[in-house]
Amino acid sequence: MSLENSVKSQSPWQIGFKRLKKNRLAMIGFTLLCIVVIISVFAPLITRYDRDAIDTLNSYQKPSAEHWLGTDELGRDTFTRLLYGGRISLSVGLVSTSIAVLIGVTLGTTGGYHGGYIDNIIMRIVDVFMCFPFFLIAIVVAAILGPSIWNVMIISGILGWTGIARIVRAEVLSIKEREFIEAARALGLNSKDIIIKHIIPNIMAPIIVYATLGIARGILSEAGLSFLGLGVKPPTPSWGNMLAAAQSMRSLRLHWWLWIPPGCLVFFMILSINFLGDGLRDALDPKLKQ
Amino acid sequence: MSEYLIRAKGIKKHFPIHDGIFSRTVGHVKAVDGVSIDIKKGEIFGLVGESGCGKSTTGRTLINLIEPTAGSVTFEGKVIYDVENKIAVSTKDMQALRRDIQMIFQDPYASLDPRMTVGEIVSEGIVKHKMAKKKEAIKKSMELLELCGLRGSNVNKYPHEFSGGQRQRIGIARALALNPKFIVADEPIAALDVSIQSQVLLLMQELKKKLGLTYLFISHDLGIVKYFCDRIGVMYLGNIVEQGTSEQLFSNPLHPYTKSLLSAVPKTHPREVRERIILKGDVPSPSSHFEGCKFYSRCAYAKEICNREIPELKEIEKDHLVSCHLVGSGGEL
Repeated sequence: MSLENSVKSQSPWQIGFKRLKKNRLAMIGFTLLCIVVIISVFAPLITRYDRDAIDTLNSYQKPSAEHWLGTDELGRDTFTRLLYGGRISLSVGLVSTSIAVLIGVTLGTTGGYHGGYIDNIIMRIVDVFMCFPFFLIAIVVAAILGPSIWNVMIISGILGWTGIARIVRAEVLSIKEREFIEAARALGLNSKDIIIKHIIPNIMAPIIVYATLGIARGILSEAGLSFLGLGVKPPTPSWGNMLAAAQSMRSLRLHWWLWIPPGCLVFFMILSINFLGDGLRDALDPKLKQ
Repeated sequence: MSEYLIRAKGIKKHFPIHDGIFSRTVGHVKAVDGVSIDIKKGEIFGLVGESGCGKSTTGRTLINLIEPTAGSVTFEGKVIYDVENKIAVSTKDMQALRRDIQMIFQDPYASLDPRMTVGEIVSEGIVKHKMAKKKEAIKKSMELLELCGLRGSNVNKYPHEFSGGQRQRIGIARALALNPKFIVADEPIAALDVSIQSQVLLLMQELKKKLGLTYLFISHDLGIVKYFCDRIGVMYLGNIVEQGTSEQLFSNPLHPYTKSLLSAVPKTHPREVRERIILKGDVPSPSSHFEGCKFYSRCAYAKEICNREIPELKEIEKDHLVSCHLVGSGGEL
């Protein structure tokens, strides 16, 4: 008998994603997300304007065939800046969430698996971090180090890992009591093997769900910080600082094309990521069959 | 000396009870309270007792899966741990020893990782102990599955696609993957229905003959233990109260607890006449303190000495040990 003719079957992951496909809201969210990601990544192919090309003769142009979403006070094409801004906003969301997940999962599994005083120390650190008011710290760091996209990523990553650490720890506490963990120990596996091979794959579902929702939170906090002038520095565009640039009364009244598109994009991005996150939670929850 | 594969002396496992805001230790649950077992090579040693008497904890403490509170265990003459003399094998040596000592678990639904394929589950130990490369290990696991009565082509399936009995066979295949000498079977058939129980038992018996295994068989089913095991230990509240060969124990039970246990076995013949001994009261809490015999509060024959002195496990006849003041000391029951 060879390995090739053995029976193929579906893994729990495949079953989960099959279930996700049946969730219409989640699929709408997923499609929207994909579209925005693709057009942001391929921005140079989609628009013929340069991101920062100034054309003062054509400032505050209304949307037209030339400029699909008009131009801003320096005559820069809003549509182009929106696409490039998407790159910034999405990458802030991704990077900050990756940092948060990395720290959170490492500390959460360590604390949950080993328990005792290690767990105690880690959970007290979580408590301390949860006391930090996000915007206050963000403002202080931005004031000391200067506003930049990297600072936004790091701040929201470092302040955002506590939630996931708690979730992961709670999951590990329940998983580690299962008999298959004991079976792994009886086979002679050490704690590192057990955490990587048995515990992490079994708590992947909540991690994925949390990470998805974390990306939405990252985008929001970038928008918030940039709006306050503490995030991404102009002329680099982001959805947040495009909103900030249009906050004068005159622009709000006369130049709707400067603030409605970035606002809508933030809104729809967060909404579709949240739909996708909810869908993932339902699809990957092993307790919900069918 | 070499006759015995594994020898345990006075092993204890006490779980602390925490209470109050500072989680002070207010007492101990004495799950295993001084158990000594010697298991010969090639024998099946049965451990019986009611729920919560410490059978499973004994099995796990014996093979160092949970840290012992006291006692010592030697495996093939090698000391695994000796708490009193502060000897314990290093983590690394213990991991190597795990090749020889394996376990079959009670719940076939909880003991297989749902995210792994059957092939990965069975071959995990082989890969870990570098006995073969991953691909060969999967091939080996196909052979093991066939040995346990499953099709080898199942290696790419996931545990959720199997029934309880099939899952238990996967669990057995995993235990066999490392060519162990000793297997602790922790109620391997309790979660299976009756028709599957006998299949799994026959499989275990067959594998024992084929591979020269030694089992510690933990169960609460006396009818099965009687025919399956060579020697049997009866546990009550963390202690072995009676131990003997299967025949001795069933034809001549001496301890009052064993007697009442045996009287509870369903009759095999409708006209069989047997007295049913019903114990009074409940099992005392395993965290309470005992001056004398733990069975005192429920024993119909209890004398004054039973509340004062802890009875020792005495050898009444060859291989037949009982811990009761009233047995063998003239005071007939």
